[in-house]
Amino acid sequence: MTEFFTPVHIIFYVFAALAVASGVSVITVRNPVRSVLSLVITFFSMSGIWMLLRAEFLSLILLLVYVGAVMTLFLFVVMMLNIDIEGKRSTFVKYLPFGSIIVLLMTGLLIAAVGPQYFGLAQMPAPPAEAANYSNVQQVGRLLFTEYAYPFEIAGVILLAAIIAAITLTHRGPVKRKVQNVDEQIAVRPEDRVRLISMPSEPRPETGLGKPNNESA
Amino acid sequence: MPSLTEFLIVAAMLFGLGIAGIILNRKNIIVLLMSIELILLAVNTNFIAFSYFLNNYIGQVFVFFVLTVAASEAAIGLAILVVLYRKRGSIEVQDLDALKG
Repeated sequence: MTEFFTPVHIIFYVFAALAVASGVSVITVRNPVRSVLSLVITFFSMSGIWMLLRAEFLSLILLLVYVGAVMTLFLFVVMMLNIDIEGKRSTFVKYLPFGSIIVLLMTGLLIAAVGPQYFGLAQMPAPPAEAANYSNVQQVGRLLFTEYAYPFEIAGVILLAAIIAAITLTHRGPVKRKVQNVDEQIAVRPEDRVRLISMPSEPRPETGLGKPNNESA
Repeated sequence: MPSLTEFLIVAAMLFGLGIAGIILNRKNIIVLLMSIELILLAVNTNFIAFSYFLNNYIGQVFVFFVLTVAASEAAIGLAILVVLYRKRGSIEVQDLDALKG
C-alpha cells in the first residue's frame, strides 16, 4: 500500500464508514422513521461508492429509484401505521447473544474469504482509466437493448405485476360518492316518498314572533 | 484506487448487518423489509465491484434487474403489510401465527 492516502481512498473510506454506521443504526434505533432515514443515508453513501466504481448509471438509479421512490414508500407506510415504539427492545436483547455470534462468524468468514491475498491489487489490478468520451450509460444500454432485451421486457412485466398486485391488495372497493342513481330515481313510487298522516291542526301562536310578514307591513 | 478486497469487505459488513437485522428484530416487519434491502444492496455492491475490476458490464446489467425485482418486492411487501395492519391492527412478527408455523 504505497499510495494509501490518495483522495479516492479518503472518499472511499468516508463513504464506507458512513454506510456501515448508518447500517448499524438501521437495525438498532427504536423509531421506525429514524430507521428509514438511516437506510436513506446508507443508500446515499453506497451510491457514492458505486460512483467510484464507474457505475454512474446504477449509482444515479439507486438515488432516484431507491431514495426517491422506495424509501418514500417506506416512510409513507411507517407514518400511516400506528406502531408502538416501546415494545421493540425485549426481543432485541433476548436474541442479541445468539444473533451477534452467528453474524460475527459469518461476516468474519466472508471477510477472510475475500482477503487481500485473493483479491488484492496484485491479483486484481484496477482497469486503466477510460477515455474522456466514455459513457457508462451507453455501455449498459447497449448490453441491455441487444443481448438482454428479452430479460429487459420481463423486468417490465414484473413491474407491471407488482403494480397490479399492490393496487389489488390495498384497494378497498369503490369509494362512496354522492352521485345520482338513475335506476332508483325512475323506479320510485309516490308511496315511498310521501307519507300522509292525519293529525289535529295546531292553533295559531299568539306571540308576535309567529306573525306572517304581510300583516306587519 | 482501493483494491477489490476493500469493496468486498464493505459489502460483507452490510450483508452481515442485514442478517443481524433479520435475526434480532422479531417485532417489526418494516425493519425486516429494510434488512432485506440492506442485503440486496450488499449483493449489488459485490456485482458492481467485480464488474469494474473484471472490466465486464454484464454485472451492471444484472444489478439493474436485481434493482427492478427489489423495487417490486418492496412495493408488494408494503402492500401486504398495510392489508395485514387493517385486518389485525398490529404488524408484530409474533402476532402473525395464523398458519401455526
